[in-house]
This record gives sequence, C-alpha cells and structure tokens, in this order.
Amino acid sequence: MDLFEKLMKLDRRWIFLFLIVVCVLSYAIDFYVPILVEPESQKIYDYVENLEEGSIVLIAIDYDPNNMAELHPMTYAMVEHCWRKKVKVIFTSLSQNGPGMADQAIRDISDSLALDRTYNGVEFKGREIVNGVDYCFLGYKPYYALVILAMGQDFRLPFPSDYYGNPLDSLPMMVGTHNYGDVDLVVDVSGGNITDAWISYGQSRFNFTLALGLTGVMTAQYYPYLGSGQVHGIMGGLLGAAQYEQMCDNAGLAIDGMRIQLAAHVVIIFFIVMGNIGLLLERRRLKREGGI
Amino acid sequence: MDFGLYLWTTLGAFLTLAIFSFLYKDNPFYKIAEHLVVGVSAGYFAVILWHNGLSPNLFQRLNDGNWYFLWMDSTAPWYLIPAILGIMMYTRFSKKWAWVSRWPMALYIGIATGVAIPLEMGARVNRQLFAIMERSIDWANFFGVGGFNLLDTASGLSQLIVFVGAMAALIYFFFSKEHTGLFGATAKFGIWILMIGFGASFGYTVMARISLFINRIQYIDNNWLQNGLNTGITPIEGYHAGYAVIFWLVVLIVVGYIIREIMTYLKTKEKSA
Amino acid sequence: MKRQLPLALVFVFGLFMVFQYFVPHESSEWVYEFLLDWILIIGIFAVALGIWSLFRVAVDKIKTHKPNWGYSYLTLLGLFSMVVFGFTALNGESWGWYFPFAISALMAIMMIAQTMATTSQKGLYAGLTGLFALIAVVIAIFDPAWSFHFSTAEGVENPMFRAFFDHILIPCLSTMFALLAFFIASAAYRAFRARNLLASLLLIAALIVMLRFNPWLAAVYGDFGARLSNWLMNVPNMAAQRAIVIGVGLGIVATALKVILGIERGYMGKG
Repeated sequence: MDLFEKLMKLDRRWIFLFLIVVCVLSYAIDFYVPILVEPESQKIYDYVENLEEGSIVLIAIDYDPNNMAELHPMTYAMVEHCWRKKVKVIFTSLSQNGPGMADQAIRDISDSLALDRTYNGVEFKGREIVNGVDYCFLGYKPYYALVILAMGQDFRLPFPSDYYGNPLDSLPMMVGTHNYGDVDLVVDVSGGNITDAWISYGQSRFNFTLALGLTGVMTAQYYPYLGSGQVHGIMGGLLGAAQYEQMCDNAGLAIDGMRIQLAAHVVIIFFIVMGNIGLLLERRRLKREGGI
Repeated sequence: MDFGLYLWTTLGAFLTLAIFSFLYKDNPFYKIAEHLVVGVSAGYFAVILWHNGLSPNLFQRLNDGNWYFLWMDSTAPWYLIPAILGIMMYTRFSKKWAWVSRWPMALYIGIATGVAIPLEMGARVNRQLFAIMERSIDWANFFGVGGFNLLDTASGLSQLIVFVGAMAALIYFFFSKEHTGLFGATAKFGIWILMIGFGASFGYTVMARISLFINRIQYIDNNWLQNGLNTGITPIEGYHAGYAVIFWLVVLIVVGYIIREIMTYLKTKEKSA
Repeated sequence: MKRQLPLALVFVFGLFMVFQYFVPHESSEWVYEFLLDWILIIGIFAVALGIWSLFRVAVDKIKTHKPNWGYSYLTLLGLFSMVVFGFTALNGESWGWYFPFAISALMAIMMIAQTMATTSQKGLYAGLTGLFALIAVVIAIFDPAWSFHFSTAEGVENPMFRAFFDHILIPCLSTMFALLAFFIASAAYRAFRARNLLASLLLIAALIVMLRFNPWLAAVYGDFGARLSNWLMNVPNMAAQRAIVIGVGLGIVATALKVILGIERGYMGKG
C-alpha cells in the first residue's frame, strides 16, 4: 500500500519521461499495425476515386501548424490521390497560418508527383504539376464565414487574384470556374470552428458535397451531420489519415505513426487503470479506518 | 545535401527540443523559442494580409495603373468607403475617439449576425430535427439488416437508440422541471447518452494529443531525410531511423543537463549576492 | 451618435441580411455582394489591429523593463524579418548583397523600436537608425540581384520567407501544442477516475474507442473492437452530439436575435 501511495504521488516529470521513452522505443522498433478502414472515410475515398479526369475538387486547408500532425497526412494523401487521377484542385486557406501549410503541402506533393509510382497495382507516370492547370491556390482572407458565403457568389469576389498574385482569369483552370456549382467536391481539412462555417454557411446554403478531415478532438462532434446527410464522409484524426493512406496504398506519416499511437495508448490505458486501482485501494483503506 | 537546408533543419530540431525542455522546467531556451515564434507568426500574418488581402482586394481595384488624386477619380472609387471604415477601427487606441471604431464594428456585427440567423437555424436545428424525425424506424430489420447483428448502425434498434437518445438528451438540456418519474428517467437516460458521447470524444482526444507528439518524433528523425525530396516519406538507401533518434536523445539529455546546471548556478549566485 | 448609430446599423444590416436570404431578388443580391466584398476589406484592417498591438506591447515591455523584457527584442526581430523577407524577392539565382541589406534594414527597424522604447539616449539610437537605413538604401539602389515587390506577391515565394515559416514557425507552434500529449498522460494518471456511474460510463466509452485498433486484442476477438467502436460513434455518440448541435444552434440564433434587437451590446465596449 505504501508503495502504491508513493506511486500516486510521483513527480509528473517521471510520467513524461516514461511516455517519451515508450514512444521513442516503439518508433525505433518496426512493426505493423493493421488498419481497418471505416465506412466514414471509405465514402470519401470512393467519391474521389469515381471522379472523372478534369473534375475539380476544392480542398480547404483550414489548419495551423498546431494541428498539422493529424491533418497534414490527410492533405498529402488526398491531394496526391487527386493529382494522380488528374483531378484539379482548388486550395483555399481561411486560418491565420494556413497559407504557409498549403504552400508547403503543394511544394512537397508536387515533388512526389514527379516520380513514377505504383499504387494499388496501377502504375502512374510521374508528371510536372503546374500552377493554374493542376491546381489553383486562392490564399487567405479574414472572416471565414463571410468568405465562404462570398465564394458561393463567385470565387473572384473574395479572391480577385490567387496566393501568388496572379489574377484568377489568367489561370486556365479557373476560366469558367465561378463558384461551388463548378466544383465536384469540397473537402474541409480543419482544426477549428471553420468546419462549422463550412457546414452552416457553405453546405446548407449552396448544397455542395462536403467531406471533412478533422482533428481527433473534433471528430465525435461532427457525426450528427454525417447522419443527417449534410456531410458526405469524415476522416477523424491520425487514424482517419492512416485509413486514407491505406486505401490509396500510399503509406506516409500517418501509417508510420500508428505503431507509436498503439504503444502510447497502452501507456495511457495503463495509467488510467493504475489510477483507478489507486482509487479502489484508497476507498478500501478509508472504509477500514472508518470501521475501526 | 544542401548545407543551408541542413542548417535550417538543425535549427528546427533545436527549437523543437528547446520547447520540449519546458516539460522539465521553464527555462531561457523555451522563452527564446516562444518569443521568437510570436514575432515570426505576427510578421507572417502581416505579409499575408498585405499580399492576400489589402493588395488584391483594395489597392489593385483602386489602382489600375493610372495615376489618380487620392483615388477619388479612379474607376472604382467606392472602394474608398470600406477602406475608411477599416481605418476607423484604429481609433480604438485612443480613449477619446474609441467610439468611432463602433461604426465599422457594428456594420460587421450586423452583417455577420443577420447572415447567421437563417443559416444556423437551417443547418443546425432544422436539418438535425428532420434527421431525427424523418427516418421511420426499420422494424423489419430490428436486430440488424439481413441477420442478427447488434452492431449494425442501420438496424432498427440503432435507429431507435439514436431517436430516443437524442430526445432524452434534449429533454435533459432544455427542461428545468424537476427530474422525477418518467420525465426524470428520460432525463437520466439523456445524461447517460451524453456521457457516452463525451467518452467517445475523450477517446479520440487522447489519440489526437498523442499524434501531436508522434509528429514531433517523426520530424526530428526525418529531419535530414527530408532534404532529399521534401516529402518526408522517401526512403533513402542505407538510412536507419534509429541513429538519428538516439543522437537526438543524447542531445536532449545534454541540453536538459546544461539547463539544469545553469539554473542551479544562477540560484546559488542569487543567494550569495 | 455614439451609441444609437451603431445600434441602428446592426439592426438595419442584420435585418437586411435575413431578408435577403428569404427574398433573393436581383437588386438585393447586388447589395449583398457589395456588402460581402466591403466587409472583407474592413476585416483585413480589423485583424491587422492585432499585429499593431503586438508591436506596441513589445515596445512597452522594453520601455518599462517588465519581467523578461529582453526577449521582446526577439519578438520584434521575428516580426520584422518576416516583413522584410515578405516584400523582397530575388531576381535570379544569385543572392548578391541581399543578406547585408536584410541585416541593415532589420537593424534600422530595430533601432526605430529602440528609439521609441528608450528614455535616455534617444539621439544615439536615432542616429544609428539613420546610419543603418542609409546602408540599406544604398544597397537597395545599387544591387541588381533582388528588388522590392509591394504590389505583386513575389515575396511569399522568397526562399527566406518560406524557410522562416517551415523551420521556425512550424516546429515551434506544433511543438508547443505537442506538450499537451504529456499533460493528458499525467491527467490520465491522476484525474480519470471512475468515481460514480456517470464517470464509469465515460471511461468505458473512452476505452472502447481507444482499444479499437489494438492488433493484439484483435487477434483474440477479430474486428469486434473496431465494429463496436464504430457503432458507438454512429449510434449513442451521434444521439448525444445531435442534441448538443441542436442546443448550440438554438443558442446561436437566440444570441444573434438579441444582438440585432440591441438587447446584447457587449460588442460596443464601455463608454
């Protein structure tokens, strides 16, 4: 009992150290965690998979570096999937540091697209990704709810020119692309309230197909929209990203992270169990002392 | 490997460790990183606001390449009105004129709330209430579609649980009537359902928080690997993930030790002084 | 004028936006587009307030020697480096005299801040400002390797601008957030106790969600864990969150009505 009490009063830095050691060790050891694909993310993949060449997908990069751990892998897997299928992408970014995240993602994924790769047994030739032809990055504007509404009128209303300063009409893929009506799918990859705005101000007013990539903290809150059909599919947290990577056969940081995730979960569950055993022992002790 | 990039990635790794050193104790390294990032973040935002905001939305519309006197005779002079309203926001810093900033503020609030009422009502309340009511419960497949399967989300039982659960939780929220009898039982069921919802949320939150740390491990490890092909997922032959991790663990311990030494040294100096 | 006009503005524009939603006539659509366009411009000025006040706070901190005031120089340095990089771009491959320029320009700006912050040696710092500014201007005039870009956005593609974002901003911000992983671990150790029925329900649901991708347990019971957690998310969780969504929605609408009708006036501040 004495030992247990001591354990309960342990300096929290020992707990931190324990978690670090477990995570780093499980990272250094290579083992595979099987990933079961859930219907929520399967739906998004199927939708993108069935798009025709030349369709347009709008991907909203609404996250800051804070949340990149979970959301960057989603963006990478999804944009690569689109570009391999020769689907064009419009990027927007309505959070403060979002444009830099999108800028980085575009550079990295363009590098990856330059290589010949085989996914799910299909060979894809490497090709150059060209601004204005394969993608258009609209950039940032404040007051996201009103920007989403304004984009429903015309992309040119809030974004007369793109992130790099080119007028929208000078980009071949934006000629004739005016609002959500010309877009086949809207994906919001977000780590904050902006998702609410995409649902309330975007989907409910303009009725486009909306898919969400969310941080783990937010995921559970958006299931009602899935049930009511306002949202087509949800990717939740690192697990959602890993599922998408699995479906694309494009293993990246998310699948790589799942084995640490597993080890860390075991640690956290162990902590919770320890804490509860401590509670039980304490109660028993109090009862005994009260009995005496 | 590009040497400049090597320096940059090493700086990134150092800043990462500097912030992690906060777990041990607040220290100068953490403060350096913290203050630096606040400035860089604000500077980044300032540049983005100019290049993505003011320049295309305001100046390029006023300024079409010709020379104008204060843009009042430009082709789109009406854009001066929002610009003046925007500048009025800056009266906030003066006590005497702060009331002027209320006008643009009021304009924004009026528009934002006016837009919100029908859309939020539609998306959150109406659509969700429809979703509760419109789907009739599938009595034929009560225990699972095409066979007994309690975990079938489309079964009649699941639909019934969603219906009753949502109603019960709403009752728990909205009625302050004393929770007794059938009403009390429903409200109790409502709070149970809410607790399960919060639990599911919490399970995901644990995953989310751990992911953040995983990303940092991957960052430190992949740091030099990224230089080859900025994707971070490109395997380079002969590279072993373990080396860098061990190297950085050593760095972490060294940095931690140094910080500790400095802090104790400063403390003894303070005492003797 | 001070209180009535803002209230009237909120009422008129709020009502117009509601009206416009239900009666989308051509002329109301025209006004609606104009308002959206304008409000974004006002918004840009409004969010820039934050940057200005950050600058003032940093300078004030140096001026009054508040605790940790020395670090405020770093904040200012970060702020202005990004600004300098964001408005300049290379014309070709060569860097030329870009770095001497950037350093002297930054020094000049820092000296302006120092002149604002200092109480005694204003003349000295003003002189230094002039000196560094002169060096920067001379380099800017005679160096052909790079140039300023104010009206076009070449600056956002400046390698230094991107490097500061990729190698300073991203690691720092994401690591600050990653500290939360440790706090949730320590909370799991101390706080998550099954003290009563409700807390137990919460913990059990959390454990089901957390255990679902465990391959060792999956070897025992197959994909039952994954299906159970998926059911949990899609059935009880959906019911709970749906109630919350409806509750929040009603709350938002009620608050918005209060604002439009002038009952809720918190946005006006005091005075």
